[in-house]
Amino acid sequence: MRSGADLELVHLTKRYGTALAVNDINHVFTNGTYVCLLGPSGCGKSSTLRMIAGHESVSEGQIVLDGHDISYLPPAKRGTAMMFQSYALFPHLSVRDNVAFSLKMKGEDKATRHRKADEMLELVDMGHLSARLPAQLSGGQQQRVALARALVTNPRVLLLDEPLSALDPFLRIRVRAELKRLQRELGITFIHVTHGQDEALALADEMVVMNNAVIEQAGPAREVFTAPRTEFVARFMGGHNIITLGDASYALRADEVRLAPQGHAATVRTVEYQGNHVAVTSAMGEAEVLALIPDHDFFKDPKNPGDAVSLAWDEGRLHRLQA
Amino acid sequence: MTDTLAQAAPQAPATPPRKGGALKNRHVLGWLQAAPLTFVLIAFLVAPIVMIVIVSFWQATEFSIIPAFSLENYEFLFGSPVTYRVFLATFKYALITWALTLVIGFTVAYYLAFHIRSQSIQIALFLVCTIPFWTSNIIRMISWIPFLGRNGIANQTLISWGVIDEPLEWLLYSDFSVILAFVHLYTLFMVVPIFNTMMRIDKSLLEAARDGGANGYQTLVNVVIPLTKPGIMIGTIFVVTLVMGDFITVRFMSGSQRANVGRLISNDIGLLQYPSAAATAVVLLCTVLIVIGILLRFVNIRKEL
Repeated sequence: MRSGADLELVHLTKRYGTALAVNDINHVFTNGTYVCLLGPSGCGKSSTLRMIAGHESVSEGQIVLDGHDISYLPPAKRGTAMMFQSYALFPHLSVRDNVAFSLKMKGEDKATRHRKADEMLELVDMGHLSARLPAQLSGGQQQRVALARALVTNPRVLLLDEPLSALDPFLRIRVRAELKRLQRELGITFIHVTHGQDEALALADEMVVMNNAVIEQAGPAREVFTAPRTEFVARFMGGHNIITLGDASYALRADEVRLAPQGHAATVRTVEYQGNHVAVTSAMGEAEVLALIPDHDFFKDPKNPGDAVSLAWDEGRLHRLQA
Repeated sequence: MTDTLAQAAPQAPATPPRKGGALKNRHVLGWLQAAPLTFVLIAFLVAPIVMIVIVSFWQATEFSIIPAFSLENYEFLFGSPVTYRVFLATFKYALITWALTLVIGFTVAYYLAFHIRSQSIQIALFLVCTIPFWTSNIIRMISWIPFLGRNGIANQTLISWGVIDEPLEWLLYSDFSVILAFVHLYTLFMVVPIFNTMMRIDKSLLEAARDGGANGYQTLVNVVIPLTKPGIMIGTIFVVTLVMGDFITVRFMSGSQRANVGRLISNDIGLLQYPSAAATAVVLLCTVLIVIGILLRFVNIRKEL
């Protein structure tokens, strides 16, 4: 699958004084994929993104795009474009002038840059508001303008820094569908930084989970979710139980746990109704085990906190963790 | 009367009767709350100006003031070529001082706001800017005299370096020294509002500009200056009004060889010609108001306050 147009990080390191933000990471972002950089705050995902964008200097290592080392090029010469977390729209410029900003900097004449900006605004469905100022737009509309402004430079890689964090939950789901559609249509690489695993699962062709300045696991979204490599990844992705049997740790998906007549004895701690299913947390010895029971199964024989139950699962569903 | 009471009573039965009927009315209460400030403004701002305007229409001789309506002060003022020359000189001082304080103030504020990363150093350097204000402005002006004088430090240094053979005459008691003192006194009034507006600029805007391919100069012209305009405008109003109203700096630094409107007024007062001084003051006030009115047309500073 590798082609010359891939974005590659080679031994990339970022230090702030003595603190290590990004520790010697290596990764290849395949051209034309939607990649989510996922991790808790302070894991180094934003520093990585900002180094690729050129807004943070590289302490060591290289960033290679299309066979060229771009580590020391200014942001606009890299073939990347960044969409900022707070959108960073210029408050004194109209929507059209915001989108046309980079064209103006390149010295294109007014007619050309307005035409290109309008085309880009049509793409994100904002053509009718091109004369407004950013302050007169809603959060979702500002987000689209920011997207248009980033795309107008025809980047090969679009970098999105928590693009959905400022939106309300309903809008977030709609906008993420649009992001995915846009990425498919344009066929360029999107690198999307987020700390929400549901967002990453919904969007990512490839998921890169970071923790403590290193990449914990990278791979297709389904692979990361069904086969987490480490306890951290399993916990961070959610929906997994960590079970220690003997001297090994195993990840067990919560929806693989059943309440059965026979199995591991446990005591119910909490019961939460969640619509499609019921989340039953039980104490099994020292460990807490979460079971997601389909709601019709649960209500055939409902349980209450304090009840003794037995938990069962197929042994084949236990996924052994490395650490 | 009984009818209205009967009708009104059921509509507000729950309100318990309160003392002081007038206070119940929220309009009255509002006026009362605004009254202290209104009183202060009327007593210390409106009344003095009204008095100056009234006195400006009085007549005066060398030894008496005649409280009778007359236009003679204004006729004399607008009829005299000295007035126009002095107003022109005042505008000249204001314009040159404005340009210099703007360039210096903007540069200092830009450096403080965007090049100093640590906030404590930022505050420390900002306080350093205010050091000249720890002493009276007369002292600050006088301290220039031994430096700029005919045998002052500046001339002696230049002569010892061989840059000049004879002492420069224009260093002191000239337009140069007047403007130098103005710039020294008032640059801070430019730095403070500009710094304040710059601190409110989201730093990610500068990154966004860089991301869009803007170089440092393009970022300055297309992003920083437009967003700093309100601060520039507030600083401009400070400097222009201060310079146009000043008389002591011009007197000290020009050795009484230059004049501006403030000195015109101060001379009249010295000669007890209060009506004439009042008329000049009214004209100066109107001029400054017109200048500010024009400035406010360019930028909406309200947004920033």
